[in-house]
Amino acid sequence: MSAIEILGFEKTYMVGFWRKRPKCALSPLHLNVEDGEIFGFLGPNGAGKTTTLKLLMGLVFPTAGSARILGKEWADPEVKAQIGFLPEQPYFYDHLTAHELLNYYAQLSGVPGKERTRRVDAMLQRVGLPDVKGVQLRKFSKGMLQRVGIAQAILHDPKLVFFDEPMSGLDPMGRREVRDLMEQLKHEGKTVFFSTHILSDAEALCDRVAIIHRGELRGVGAIKDLTSNVQGKVEVIWQGTQVPASMKALGAECHVTGDTVRAIINENQQDAAIDALRRERLHLISIVPVRTSLEAYFVEKLQRAETSAGRMA
Amino acid sequence: MNARIGYIASNTFREAVRDRVLYNLIAFAVLLSGAAILVGQISIDIEKLVVINLGLTAVSLFGIVIAIFIGIGLVSKEIEKRTLYTVLSRPVRRWEFIVGKYFGLAGTLVVNTFFMAIGVFAALFYVSHKFVRADALILVALYFIVLEFLIICSLALLFSSFSSPLLSAVFAFSLFVVGSFAEDLRGFAGMAHGLTRWLATGAAYLVPNFSAFNVISSIAHEQPVAAQLIWHNTLYALFYAAMALSGAVLIFERRNLK
Repeated sequence: MSAIEILGFEKTYMVGFWRKRPKCALSPLHLNVEDGEIFGFLGPNGAGKTTTLKLLMGLVFPTAGSARILGKEWADPEVKAQIGFLPEQPYFYDHLTAHELLNYYAQLSGVPGKERTRRVDAMLQRVGLPDVKGVQLRKFSKGMLQRVGIAQAILHDPKLVFFDEPMSGLDPMGRREVRDLMEQLKHEGKTVFFSTHILSDAEALCDRVAIIHRGELRGVGAIKDLTSNVQGKVEVIWQGTQVPASMKALGAECHVTGDTVRAIINENQQDAAIDALRRERLHLISIVPVRTSLEAYFVEKLQRAETSAGRMA
Repeated sequence: MNARIGYIASNTFREAVRDRVLYNLIAFAVLLSGAAILVGQISIDIEKLVVINLGLTAVSLFGIVIAIFIGIGLVSKEIEKRTLYTVLSRPVRRWEFIVGKYFGLAGTLVVNTFFMAIGVFAALFYVSHKFVRADALILVALYFIVLEFLIICSLALLFSSFSSPLLSAVFAFSLFVVGSFAEDLRGFAGMAHGLTRWLATGAAYLVPNFSAFNVISSIAHEQPVAAQLIWHNTLYALFYAAMALSGAVLIFERRNLK
């Protein structure tokens, strides 16, 4: 079953003070996110990621199109009891303490009274803020607010979680913890939809990604499919600092780093390369096909979009 | 009442109570009640009249300032700071948010009025050393002041649902001033002719008639208030507040939160 089905969402804003003119923030968007997957929504700043999330959350209204979330109409308030949302650079009621804030959100999400305190305490523990639960949020750092934001998004045990730039404002340890948490959510059977422009995060986490640029969807697919564009080359790594003459004869591009050597050769020469290393009694570490990185795929999609936009102009 | 409205109201109340500016205003109002005692002491034989007049006017004016000051930011501040995103992404309907905010602010003002009223009664006791039966009329004046607050809160919320805090404050305060002279406006409409008469009559009945709620002076002179006026003002305030609140909901239901 699809957790999210976006059926032609489109958003146009009227801009200008006297002479209003339309500005398209999102071209008709069709997208499916499967149940239980981590889905990355990628794009540069201003691409339309946040607009899409706001449309799904009912914070802005679409000019056209609709969506289904967990099999129901997206605007159905009952759907919202089963989803969690972390906005980009979240800001919360700073007169409240972390505990009071989470308790308030738990009330609004319909968490039963008896369970509320236990759930809030457990959530503060989970995001690493148990010691500051009685501190007002106005005294929190950006990273701590981001943790509170993550806690409020998953507090009510939703089936589907939307994160808008979840790593924003976090230090390397915090980013690692968020990645771990997203993986835990997946293991718990939840669907995670997150927007980011940090490709390494998406590559490390996502089952599938979509790329959006200037409000238009440029590509969708599984990470392994997007990055499996084997270019007829393999990467051979062996231990040592020595590059045998027979390897050079194969036309290998060799790079020595520390006590390993990395060589890129044609795929049809890999048996010859293994023989050459064996003859020289060198210890082979790995042979893997060369894949296009997600970054290369992303850049290529964006460049193609820029070129076609230039031609149109 | 829907539980979510109660939670939103309670959070709004808590936010207002923790706002330091509110305490400054209350302190100022208490100071003014204290000043009423001083003025009363130099007003031979009319100490009580001065204390009631000044004290109740202070309660009314500071309540109005608090209502406008907090009310104008109730929605716009939530949009600006994006605190609304994490509320409306939950099973909370937009009308529940507006109504919850309204009850939270109205509750804050009722509690404030209660404490400021204690100040007025304390000042009154200080100058007259006893309470008489007629002093109970002060409660009617306080009740009318609370009804005024209900209307002002709904108007502040209405303006806050589509405009910036500054413009909302200007609109709400202007309506308060015009509404305080609503009877005069109606009198003017009665004397005018043609299109002016139509426009003046329309404006006179559209603005809230705050002049009907001002019984401070007559109560200070121990004149009784007709039960009919109490009923009329109660129904008028509830109807007016409900209309303004419905307007706020209608606007907010269609608003894109950019």
